[in-house]
Amino acid sequence: MSLTLNLLLNGVALGMLIFLIAAGLSLIFGLMGVLNFAHGAIFIWGAYVGWATYGLTGSFILAILAGMVAGFIIGWVIERFFIRPFYDSHVAQILLTLGLMLVLTEGIKLIWGPNILGFDKPELLQGVVTILNDPFPVYRIFTIAVGALILIGVHLMLTKTKYGIIIRAGVQNPEMVQALGINVRRVFSLVFAFGAALAAFGGVISGPSFGSIFPELGMQNQLAAFIVIVIGGIGNFLGVAIGSLLVGVTQTFMAYYVPEAALAVNVALMALVLILKPEGLFGVRR
Amino acid sequence: MKTLLKVENIETFIGQYHILQGVNLEVREGRVTVILGRNGAGKTTTLRSIMGLTPPRRGKVVYQGEEIQGLATHLIAQKGIGYVPEDQGIFSDLTVEENMKLAIRKLDDATRERQDFVLDLFPDLKIAWKRKGGNLSGGQKQMLSMARAFVNDNKMLLIDEPSKGLAPIVVEKVMESIMEMKKRTTIVLVEQNFIMASGVGDDVFMLDDGHTVYSGLMDDVKEDEALKKKYLGIAI
Repeated sequence: MSLTLNLLLNGVALGMLIFLIAAGLSLIFGLMGVLNFAHGAIFIWGAYVGWATYGLTGSFILAILAGMVAGFIIGWVIERFFIRPFYDSHVAQILLTLGLMLVLTEGIKLIWGPNILGFDKPELLQGVVTILNDPFPVYRIFTIAVGALILIGVHLMLTKTKYGIIIRAGVQNPEMVQALGINVRRVFSLVFAFGAALAAFGGVISGPSFGSIFPELGMQNQLAAFIVIVIGGIGNFLGVAIGSLLVGVTQTFMAYYVPEAALAVNVALMALVLILKPEGLFGVRR
Repeated sequence: MKTLLKVENIETFIGQYHILQGVNLEVREGRVTVILGRNGAGKTTTLRSIMGLTPPRRGKVVYQGEEIQGLATHLIAQKGIGYVPEDQGIFSDLTVEENMKLAIRKLDDATRERQDFVLDLFPDLKIAWKRKGGNLSGGQKQMLSMARAFVNDNKMLLIDEPSKGLAPIVVEKVMESIMEMKKRTTIVLVEQNFIMASGVGDDVFMLDDGHTVYSGLMDDVKEDEALKKKYLGIAI
């Protein structure tokens, strides 16, 4: 396999990981206009709960489920008690969720300590496969496949179900959705919790991919998620997927060729999109 | 004739601005009640106050004998009030079909019949069924907005300036549809186009500077040039 193809595949795998954390944030930001800076903390809490469950049970599937349940509950609590009183104030949202990010990260340190923890890949997903005469980790193929399944699943939910129609309408005009007799606030809560569960799912899947987890991993991935949402488009799920792949591939190539500029390039890309098309490449202008 | 809606001395603020300073309305069942007034008189805010989108700070909104001011908008809508906003409120990313699906609260035979009725009124919507809302013309958007409001078993429709920005031929179509819908529901209509309003309206309330300044029959208003000049601006 050529170096380019290798980097491309790795970039796609990284993009899928970023997509898993960004997807939920896109729905939350797109539908509710909520700037949730605690999203990365939910991601890492999912990773830690998944790690603990995997350690206890030996089952990766249970680890994923446990991580998602933890993410859902944390998301529901955050929306119900910290976001709902401040829907009209972006400043309050930013300050509160930044604070929650710190508190949740410190919470991880209290329970599991501040050190890096190794997160082994499940036995079935260890090893490599040969692609074009070169080895490629099985787990990265798994990551790409899982990301693709989530993309298809959520896309089908958004386009084929009434709930999905409500979410897409709410992204554009929540007031009109209310006027049609739909309780948008309840939808908000469910979307927030669902978005959080997606982030936690991403956390569990990321753990074995990175090989280890540590409390600050959430904050690091959160920045990538915000960049992706701006590039891909607020409230556009497909846009977020494409944005994630773009960021993942760019970051992977830059990390190989010009590592010092890897993050800067993505931030520059975000800035360019903001200037030329503020709603994102595929975003919906309100 | 039964009073369906009574608005009693409502005062509504938008931020620090005291927009409605005492608006009174009485809407009788089966009739088209028109709210007239110059730009900035408070007509749209009145409809929004009834729907709970801009809730009144003081006063009462009584619908079918029940006070609804202070209720959440979705609960007010569920009580049987359809709303057609001034900007039509079409979801541009959703198709015509999805816009209608979203609006339907309970899909039963009666709802299917109302949908068929409204699609016969607006055959353009049948042709554009799979088209996204953002790709519709202004007239089609207005028709879709009205179809959405009508499809449920709503006892009252609040329609805000349906003729705004539309070609005369489309305005005529909208007028005809209001006359058809009037046979099955009660309508509160905000309109700046007096010619259109006078063609469909039964009762009139005039607003000026956030107050109700006149109430009466449309037939009387049609004859009163001085009244029209005073509260609607240039002579019609």
